[in-house]
Amino acid sequence: MSLLTYGLITGIIFGFLIQKARVVRYDKQVGALRLLDMTIIKFMFSAVFVGMIGIYFLYGRGVVGLQIKPVTLGANIIGGLMFGIGWGLLGYCPATQLGALGEGRWDALWGILGMLLGVSIFARVYPALKETLYAWADFGKITLPQALGLNHWIVILLLIIFGTLLLGWFEEKGL
Amino acid sequence: MKEKEGWNPYVTGALTGIVAVLSVLIVGKFFGASTSYVRSAGLIEKFFAPQRIAPMDYFIKYIPEIDWQFMFVIGVLLGSFIAAITSGNFRLQAVPDMWKARFGSSIARRAITAFVGGVIAIFGARLAGGCPSGHGLSGVMQLSVSGFIALISFFIAGAIVARSLYRGGDKK
Repeated sequence: MSLLTYGLITGIIFGFLIQKARVVRYDKQVGALRLLDMTIIKFMFSAVFVGMIGIYFLYGRGVVGLQIKPVTLGANIIGGLMFGIGWGLLGYCPATQLGALGEGRWDALWGILGMLLGVSIFARVYPALKETLYAWADFGKITLPQALGLNHWIVILLLIIFGTLLLGWFEEKGL
Repeated sequence: MKEKEGWNPYVTGALTGIVAVLSVLIVGKFFGASTSYVRSAGLIEKFFAPQRIAPMDYFIKYIPEIDWQFMFVIGVLLGSFIAAITSGNFRLQAVPDMWKARFGSSIARRAITAFVGGVIAIFGARLAGGCPSGHGLSGVMQLSVSGFIALISFFIAGAIVARSLYRGGDKK
């Protein structure tokens, strides 16, 4: 099977699951940002818990490699905050809005068109960013275990404990 | 008619985690989405003005072509469509319920906000190096520091914007 077919099938399964979990909905996305409905956080934490155990199990056996994105502090934070502003307005993210469109919520089309324009603008600004924001506070490709000097299983355990407590609190509050 | 609640988010989340790990194991690909917008915009621009985009750094770095992630994103559309059709909750809707309760049913108002939001969101995602899939799911599950920083930044700004948009309560 070709790489493209794998991509399509993986996307179909992911799209199927996020629609079933209602994670694709504007009301769920903005519900989480308004701290009213934590469905997407529950989904995300659960996926990440399973994912980090699986990835580090395979990584530890040398079966898979990591693909870490570099820490460029200014770009990560300013870009992250900009994404958040846009996300708050749009109520979808780049992957989920395709799912929203798939279940007939066609306001996602505006977001898709906006994003196509947005990347074209970004591509034009990129040369200037390369010498400024990206060059500043570049810490390279680091992981939390490396930054903390701890074994990855300890970090994973701590994250799962902390995450589970947070999720428990959400459940208690009926969020 | 009240719509049925969705599948349990913990179960669907865990299944997603398994699929994400299998994808890395089988083809070495982590989930992501925002790069596909770069390739799509590149493909569109290439169609109209190939000579203009040829020298652009960003389209040299991200060659306008259909790759694994592009197909993944198309798959998300199809998968959601299949799930919605088979469970009977496919619904053509121009304005989300929560939005409608606050801002009314004007399609133009929703369209402009969503469009502007899309422009800002993807610019930010590309600057940050990824979106909630690439940084949030894939980055965090690799314990990548940049993933945590980006995800926290996404939520802080998103929460501030969403809260200010909805301050003052619903219409009527």
